[in-house]
Amino acid sequence: MRKSLLALAAGLLLAGSVSAASAADKLKVGFIYLGPIGDLGWTYQHDVGRQALVKELGDKIETTYLENVPEGPDAERAIEQLVRAGNKLIFTTSFGYMDPTLKVAKKYPNVHFEHATGYKRDKNMSTYSAKWYQGRYIQGLIAAKMSKSGVLGYIGSFPIPEVVSGINATILAAQTINPNIKVKIIWANTWFDPGKEADAAKALIDQGADVIMQHTDSPAAMQIASERGKLAFGQDSEMIKFGPKTQLTSILDTWGPYYIDRVKAELAGTWKSEDTWGGLDSHMFAMAPYTNMPDDVKKMAEDAQAAITAGKLHPFKCPIVAQDGKTVECKGGANLDDGQILGMNFYVKGIDDKLPGK
Amino acid sequence: MQLVLEKRAERSNTIALVSPLIAIGLTIVTMIILFAILGKNPLLALHAYFVAPLTDGYSLQEIAVKATPLVMIAIGLSLCYLANAWNIGAEGQFLIGAVAGSWIAVKTQGTDAGAWVLPAMLVLAAAAGALYALIPAICKVKFGASEILTSLMLVYVADLFLDYLVRGPWRDPHGFNFPTTAEFDPVATVPLLIEGGRLHLGSIIALLVVAAAAILLGRTIKGFEIRVVGAAPRAARFGGFNANQLIILTFAVSGALAGLAGIIEVAGPVGHLQPGISPGYGFTAIIVAFLGRLNPLGILIAGLFLALTFIGGEQAQIAMKIPLDVTKVFQGILLFYVLACDSLILYRFKLVFPNRQVARGTG
Repeated sequence: MRKSLLALAAGLLLAGSVSAASAADKLKVGFIYLGPIGDLGWTYQHDVGRQALVKELGDKIETTYLENVPEGPDAERAIEQLVRAGNKLIFTTSFGYMDPTLKVAKKYPNVHFEHATGYKRDKNMSTYSAKWYQGRYIQGLIAAKMSKSGVLGYIGSFPIPEVVSGINATILAAQTINPNIKVKIIWANTWFDPGKEADAAKALIDQGADVIMQHTDSPAAMQIASERGKLAFGQDSEMIKFGPKTQLTSILDTWGPYYIDRVKAELAGTWKSEDTWGGLDSHMFAMAPYTNMPDDVKKMAEDAQAAITAGKLHPFKCPIVAQDGKTVECKGGANLDDGQILGMNFYVKGIDDKLPGK
Repeated sequence: MQLVLEKRAERSNTIALVSPLIAIGLTIVTMIILFAILGKNPLLALHAYFVAPLTDGYSLQEIAVKATPLVMIAIGLSLCYLANAWNIGAEGQFLIGAVAGSWIAVKTQGTDAGAWVLPAMLVLAAAAGALYALIPAICKVKFGASEILTSLMLVYVADLFLDYLVRGPWRDPHGFNFPTTAEFDPVATVPLLIEGGRLHLGSIIALLVVAAAAILLGRTIKGFEIRVVGAAPRAARFGGFNANQLIILTFAVSGALAGLAGIIEVAGPVGHLQPGISPGYGFTAIIVAFLGRLNPLGILIAGLFLALTFIGGEQAQIAMKIPLDVTKVFQGILLFYVLACDSLILYRFKLVFPNRQVARGTG
């Protein structure tokens, strides 16, 4: 009995080492996820991107991910664990991993890092993000058309520029349809917490909002809007199954092509540190089908999408007037420049709320 | 025939020693079954969890880093629990300590303040943690308010206070509105023990705390008082021990240790103040305190063991693609078995064969 157990153990360990050996010559690519891969939002979409990568290059690479990694003291260790497990290209997929990624990048100059949505770079650390404000602009147009009460509900995550520019783009668009449009904003102070997100949606609807938009990651708000018979926009992923009669559209993060590009570059030895900030024209994100709206609204949305993709329509076209009534300096000629959008720290005129920390 | 739990005449010391081992053994058996159901090789999985992290210097360091706050907080909590004072709010005291210490770091940022900064931060953090813990202690002693509730509720107050500070007055002006202070200056940072690693001075402090608690409980009259008040309150009263005074004392010490752990975490591995500095250390430490059976050395081992499951869980995720949830299940199962086995110290299983006639008589 004992002998056979030992033999079994030896066999199992041997099997393990054999599979490890065959994987050794493949490029190892690691991912750090903020939420669980089943969040059906942000992390889910990154994992869909990873799966696309595996499908395309699976014979040359091996991927590994760590999920549910908090943006705190554990992040640095998690990233380093991936390095030590032999990963040569590591994607850290949330803003809060910026400093931990940079620390590990400095320690391992021969490993390449890609940090999503941040602004700190290094010789071996790139950043990548998408111009989601373009999608928000389209949502703003739809929301203003569809809202009967003239009040929009907006669930914010953190008041960082990416989120603030999304709110501003939404309102600027909505004002072109209804100059008196109102927006109620609730900061959930989290990216992913279905309970809090649902509570925020309830509170917004109770305050008269009839179109709910969110910058948090779960479909909880969509479900609440659906229960209350209101309309809503999905976030990050296709959420129509949580609100078949509710979802107007959704900004879909499509990371797959980017991940495939970067890994191909790594395989070819041409990877270098870059800052990628792609819009609708570069397929960094897409819009879900326009649903639950009349044909004329749908057409308007499609036209706006085409115009933005073609570069004919810019959500932050000057002049932009800030909340305090002052016109914002126009550094980009006809539009605000990328730096102004990436560092956006003000509300535009018409938002009857105070930016936290202002 | 039926199986009954029968109270033992006295505690079984053999079982007290063997019980954690039985618990770990049962946990491992359960995990093997679970891994097999998941289609993972159980031997490789157990290797990734328990053996791999112990075989290289890097993982050992990370285990120590992760265990440091847990052990420090749990030592303080054990004093409270031994004295029958139920401090559930160590998480809040941890946060307040972190905030108080960070105040010095933030105010001296960019100045030429010298080497006094870090020691001052540690002292202030401990003092703030102690004061914060005194609120529920005094409410308990003066008004009879349940310290379980008040200490727990103060966790949320501390959490929101920290939140307010990093979103408002202390926010990094160059941080694009993200809720965090700027990185602390080197003089406000806990020194590393190994170049290129993450092991820091805090781990040494934690070991000193363990030693101090062992001496306090084993060799001093105060320690004796704490144990008597908890174990036999009536006897303690006859002995002239003041239970209220001990509630105040143990809460203050436990708050101070939690506060100290807070600033060490912030000025050490994190490097700045931000929300989410604690992935629930103050609560996990309660588990550590009980796993270690409220004994300083036991707590040290329990803290290291729990840290091992975290690090091993990550390595299992990487090496075997075992989901993180399995690690959580694993920690839950462990606690379950420990508590279950503990009941064997005071109780034993007994098979009862009912007498037929009695059975008939009682229907």
